[in-house]
Formats: sequence, structure tokens, C-alpha cells
Amino acid sequence: MSFMPYVSPDQLMKDRSEYAHKGIARGRSVIGLEYADGLLFIAENPSATLHKISEIYDRIAFAGVGKYSEFEDLRISGIRLADLRGYSYGREDVKARDLANAYSQALSTIFTQQMKPYEVEILVGEVNGEVDGTSIYHVLFDGSVTDEHGFVAIGGHAEDLTESLKDRYGPGWDLATAVKTAVEVLGAPDARTIEHDHIEAGVLERSQPRRRKFRRLTDAEVTGFLPG
Amino acid sequence: MTDRVELPLSGASFGADPSFVELLRRQRPEALPPSPQLGALEVPQGTTVLGLRFADGIVMAGDRRATAGYTIADAKMRKVFAADDFSAIAIAGAAGQAVETVRLFQLELEHYEKLTGDRLSLEGKANRLAQMIRANFPLAMQGLVVVPLFGGFDQARNEGRLFYYDATGGRWEEQDYQATGSGAQPAKNSLKKRWRPGLTQDESLRVAVEALIDAAEDDVATGGPDLARGIFPVVMTVTSEGAKESTDEDVANAVRAVVETRP
Repeated sequence: MSFMPYVSPDQLMKDRSEYAHKGIARGRSVIGLEYADGLLFIAENPSATLHKISEIYDRIAFAGVGKYSEFEDLRISGIRLADLRGYSYGREDVKARDLANAYSQALSTIFTQQMKPYEVEILVGEVNGEVDGTSIYHVLFDGSVTDEHGFVAIGGHAEDLTESLKDRYGPGWDLATAVKTAVEVLGAPDARTIEHDHIEAGVLERSQPRRRKFRRLTDAEVTGFLPG
Repeated sequence: MTDRVELPLSGASFGADPSFVELLRRQRPEALPPSPQLGALEVPQGTTVLGLRFADGIVMAGDRRATAGYTIADAKMRKVFAADDFSAIAIAGAAGQAVETVRLFQLELEHYEKLTGDRLSLEGKANRLAQMIRANFPLAMQGLVVVPLFGGFDQARNEGRLFYYDATGGRWEEQDYQATGSGAQPAKNSLKKRWRPGLTQDESLRVAVEALIDAAEDDVATGGPDLARGIFPVVMTVTSEGAKESTDEDVANAVRAVVETRP
């Protein structure tokens, strides 16, 4: 039997939490924004193939910050759960709330029971109805969930980004305004302009005639929305 | 849901299973209603489907009839489906089994696309379908045979391709046209006369519809187009633009054009 020195639960949780925070703060941020036609997830991501933002199901999208291998793990499980549930029941029975709950449970278990917590924060977004009805769930490394409205920023400079979004956000923006503002906000904390081809963006579009409402914005599209 | 989802990295279980039946199966299996032994069972059979290549891609078509013995089980059954954005599947055989195979195949393609971020190659899709049909082989031996046609637009080769299968999961590529199901023989005879390389899309629709009309004339299990009740074959076209179903109106016009030329 190995010898385990006593550590108070208080200290243990604090250490883990600090560890996770540090890991997440090192990475870049993701912004989630409600706009007129649905939901925009946008991030600075120099890689064109290792995505932070992706499709989970017909009306559900995912975004993660922190350690890639770990939020990729969560993404894969989310798709599996969603497809399994949609196949066993019906496609309309797959809900972002259930996914957020599953993420919350899993992350909470990992936080308390495993050697090291996941260094991730994720967003689960969903568009319903024809006109409105958007949900954004924000799940933290320890499994805590919050239900966000309008806009949310996670990762790296989340606090600064949230502050500046608070000043600028207006409901009912069109996609161009949403993208343009989000890119400005993403670059603001260290006062730089993000290169256009380093922008990764995905939208859940309510007006999309297809069953699958998620779509990645192409580089050309993003460039078209940005000045210069 | 029988399989629980896990997080691949940590192995932690993911999501609660909301199924009561599964809960019962785990906790009190004796309380489930007993399942009877499978005996000889007459189930609805989907009949004739066909596929053909034309200049810009492929066309797949199927009649709407399902039979159980001498009874018409369904006059409006659909046997041709889009598998994903760039491929289509048509299926003949035990109807329940067939429809479930299609649903599973559609989800298989979508799931792969979402997990990897890439769409499977057309070759990959055709092979995956072969494996699924092979997995159904024990049921095929009990009479629940399912035989599909599969086709789509191969974006790497920039051409439409067509595949056919047998009940053991054997898979062959077809260059011209192919049919399967009870009316396959008369349908193929018709296609042999009417099909030629480089058909246009309109011509291919008409050739497909004519083959189904011919099949319905010679095979009792194949349902012909019903102009009076507005029941028409389902026709899917796949080109570089994607998979698209022909409207009833277009199919009805093709049917009328064929019928007018007949004595």
C-alpha cells in the first residue's frame, strides 16, 4: 500500500481548481453570441483543422477552450450521446439541456475523483423555434453550469471580453455586425488585430432550410464581414 | 439505449440513460414481457427498385408497393432515400428490416462526418453498407433478406457511381444500370432497351419511370404509378449539386409521357 499524506478536502479542491484555472487561462478565448438568425460561436484559432467549434446535432453546437485533447474528448462523447438518443427516441428529443447535464455530471466526477481535473470550459448552444428560442449553457471544469443569455466569453481573457461585450452587445444584430464586433472584442485585451484567416466561426442558423442548422463560416465569408 | 456512452480519455460514464425499459432490463429482467421464439413469419416485402447512371450523376427510383403474400401491405411505401448530401440508397426486401437498415446507414454516415469532420469517400460508404448487409446475414437466412442499391456522386473522381449488393453483403460496382427486388427482371429488360450512355437528366427520369411501369406490368408485387390516386414512384437524383428528390409533378409528367407512347 502506498503512503498517502493527509490533505484537507478544502486544500485539495483549491489546488485542483487553481490547476484547472491556470490551464484554461493559458489558452485563447471563444465568444458565443445570439444574433438575429441564431447563434454565433467565434474564436481565434491559428489552426484550420483542429477545431474549437463544432456541430453536435441538428440544432446543437459545441465550443471548447483549454486543453485540446480534453475538450475533444467531451465533443466526441457529446456527439455519441446525441446520436444514440436521437436514434433510440426521436431527433427532436435531443436537447442541449440534457447534454449540458451530462457534461456537468461527467466533469464534476472527474474533478472530484480523478488525479487531475480537465482543464476545459465549454459552451453548448441550441436554437429552437422559427423566430426565437436560443439557449447557451456554459459548463466549467468542475461541472458547474450556467445558463447564459445574449453573449458569453470563455477561456483566456474571459473577464475582459465579457466586460467589453457588456458595453457593446445589442440584440438583433445581423451576422456581419456580430462577426465584426466579436473579432474586435477578441483582439481588444492585448490591443491587436487578429488575422482574418485565424478566425474560426460557426453558426446555428434558424433560417437554414436543412435539418442540420450548423454551418462553418468560410474564410472568405469572415473576410467579407471584416473591414480592410 | 443499450450501450452507455463513456468519455474516451478518462473512461468516466457520460449522460444518464433515460430509458425505463433498459433500467428494467438491468435491474429486473424477469419483469420484462417474454419474447416468443421467432418462427415462420410473413412480413411485408418491398419490391422493385432500380438505379442508373446518366451524364451528370445517377438516378434511383422505386415503386411504392409492399406485399405480404397475396396482400398489398402498403401502397405508398418509400424505398428510395437520400443517404447523405451526396448519395442515395434504394432498398428491396423485408420492409421493416430495410427501413431500419436505411436509418442506421444514414446515421452511420452523419456520425462519421461529425466525429471526424470529413465526409466518407463514396467508396468508403459503399463498403460500410456492405458490412452492414453482411451483419444482417443471420436474419437473411431466416427470410428477412435485405438487398440495397447504393449510388452517389464521387467528388474525388467527379462522376456518379452505382453499387449493387446481394444478401451476403457482396458488393459490385455497376457501370450502366441495375435493378433489384421481385420486379428486377422486367425492369432490367426495359432498361436494356432504353438506357444508353450519356443520357440527360430528363431522359434518365423517363427511362427509370418506364422501367418501373414495365416491371409493374409483368410482376404482381410491383405497383405501377397511379395517376387517379396520385401515387408515383420515388425518384432521387444525385449530381455534383447533391442529392435531390424529383417532385411528384415531374414524375407524373414522365409517367404521362411514357403512357402516351403506348398503344
